[in-house]
Amino acid sequence: MDIRHDASVHEPATTPHGPWPEDSLARVPYWVYQDRDNYDREMRRVFEGATWNFVCLEADIPNRGDYRTNQVGAMPVIVVRDADGTINCFENRCAHRGALIAIDDGGNVQNNFKCIYHAWSYDLAGNLKGIAFERGINGAGGMPKDFKRETHSPRKFRTTTLCGLVFATLSPDTPSIEDYLGGEILGRVRRVLNRPIRIMGRFTQPLPNNWKLYVENVKDTYHASLLHLFFATFRITRLTQAGGVLVSPDGAHHASYTIGSTDAPGAEAFREKDLRSERDDYKLADPSLLDPVEEFGDHIQLQILSIFPGVILQQIHNCLAVRQVVPRGTGRMDLLWTYFGFADDTPEMNRRRLKQQNLVGPAGFVSMEDGCVGGFVQRGVAAAGTKISVVEMGGSTAESQATRATEASVRGFWKAYRRHMGY
Amino acid sequence: MDVARLVELNAAYARAIDNEQFEQWPELFADPCLYKVTTAENVAKGFESGIMYADSRAMLQDRVSALRKANIYERQRYRHIVGLPHVMGRDGTATDVETPFLIVRIMGDGTMTLFATGCYRDKVSADDTGALRFAERVVVCDGGRFDTLVAIPL
Repeated sequence: MDIRHDASVHEPATTPHGPWPEDSLARVPYWVYQDRDNYDREMRRVFEGATWNFVCLEADIPNRGDYRTNQVGAMPVIVVRDADGTINCFENRCAHRGALIAIDDGGNVQNNFKCIYHAWSYDLAGNLKGIAFERGINGAGGMPKDFKRETHSPRKFRTTTLCGLVFATLSPDTPSIEDYLGGEILGRVRRVLNRPIRIMGRFTQPLPNNWKLYVENVKDTYHASLLHLFFATFRITRLTQAGGVLVSPDGAHHASYTIGSTDAPGAEAFREKDLRSERDDYKLADPSLLDPVEEFGDHIQLQILSIFPGVILQQIHNCLAVRQVVPRGTGRMDLLWTYFGFADDTPEMNRRRLKQQNLVGPAGFVSMEDGCVGGFVQRGVAAAGTKISVVEMGGSTAESQATRATEASVRGFWKAYRRHMGY
Repeated sequence: MDVARLVELNAAYARAIDNEQFEQWPELFADPCLYKVTTAENVAKGFESGIMYADSRAMLQDRVSALRKANIYERQRYRHIVGLPHVMGRDGTATDVETPFLIVRIMGDGTMTLFATGCYRDKVSADDTGALRFAERVVVCDGGRFDTLVAIPL
């Protein structure tokens, strides 16, 4: 459905730069990757708006008082396991002078967090509990008697968990995570995260591009076989392999997948085009790098799933990871990788995952190019803020398609983005 | 173990990479071997993953093949400054060695940036000919941030 006929979308779109080009999901103006005011609006309306933001894994904070710090858009947050096992999330900003309450990336606290600046303290729910010298010293100084601690706390999030993923939202309007994702995408999350996980490593990859360029890249099923030679040559996936893309009804989330074995009809399409990524002569000297086993019982070799606005769940054979997108200004972002396996992995499976992790991350045989291609766009459009990108493979709508030669899920992103932004 | 020979081994390692003679790089390893790029934080937490991981010389050769033939990245070179090796002890036939490093990345346009610092944690042993080889080289980066991409081995 074109956005023009979708009743859930606002009245004729207006942006700080005039109407959205052709009011079409298949057109994206380049100023969205450059404009500082638009970026600030994204922080408020997307990340602090009616969205579920990934903040950590339950495995990061298994015990009472375990915490991680993270960011929701531009906002620093603390995620902590409370005494009753529930998970709280609140802004990492002291109610007094605004300093970070927790300065490490994680750890364990007994009963409270204490700001280092003036030792104001907070319980595990983010309530202001203690003020140093609140009654002054020897009757002099101190806070006014009518100061109400309970009205001075950092902003608190609602939290929810799904299969070990922890999400937070500031908005009272965000639906349950199940309704937020929709049944199809929910099933695809549960398919991978079907038992307790084990964290295997964390890496940060700073990227020289706007955060949306990375999210689009993840949703772009069209590029995988064309940009990534490693994928195609070793037949992990190619567009001619069976697969498709699921897009949630609101466009926001997606799951692309590849099924089964390699030589499907249509492989000729690659050879005829003489595409760079089709080279049959390239073989691994040590094939044990790619010695996958079926572990989900459904022949899906590869599944890339994104949850709006900025988290990706990846299954590439037995290589599993969560990637979080953290905006760092209009032209910078951090990609936070957490590699994981399952708690019941055998030593053989552990080794297999370690080897397959060569495929992803900053040095990934497959994902390496995704690190630089967003920067190429960011630099390419430096003088093109008034120009427009074409996102029209597979039409101009954003529904699920049984092919990956489509940009349907990229258009889905823009459908959701425009709804949140009011464009 | 003679420190001078370890210095020589490290110099050959840095030279192979910095002069883009990548095909010589796997030759400096034993077979089987372990080569892994990770961070001090992952090591401290007991997390085993690396952004590069190889347990055979052939797997190192595959890294070089991918670098040469498959992966797309902007032209770049490294300059390794490798510190003095510190012999930690002996483990069977191998010697445990730690050596600090600093790597500057030089982009095609001439931009130079401090790309990585850290410590090589090695197990070094002699091969049949008496030449020193890395039975293990774990590249423990001080920071956890890898800018844009890591195409060339550290």
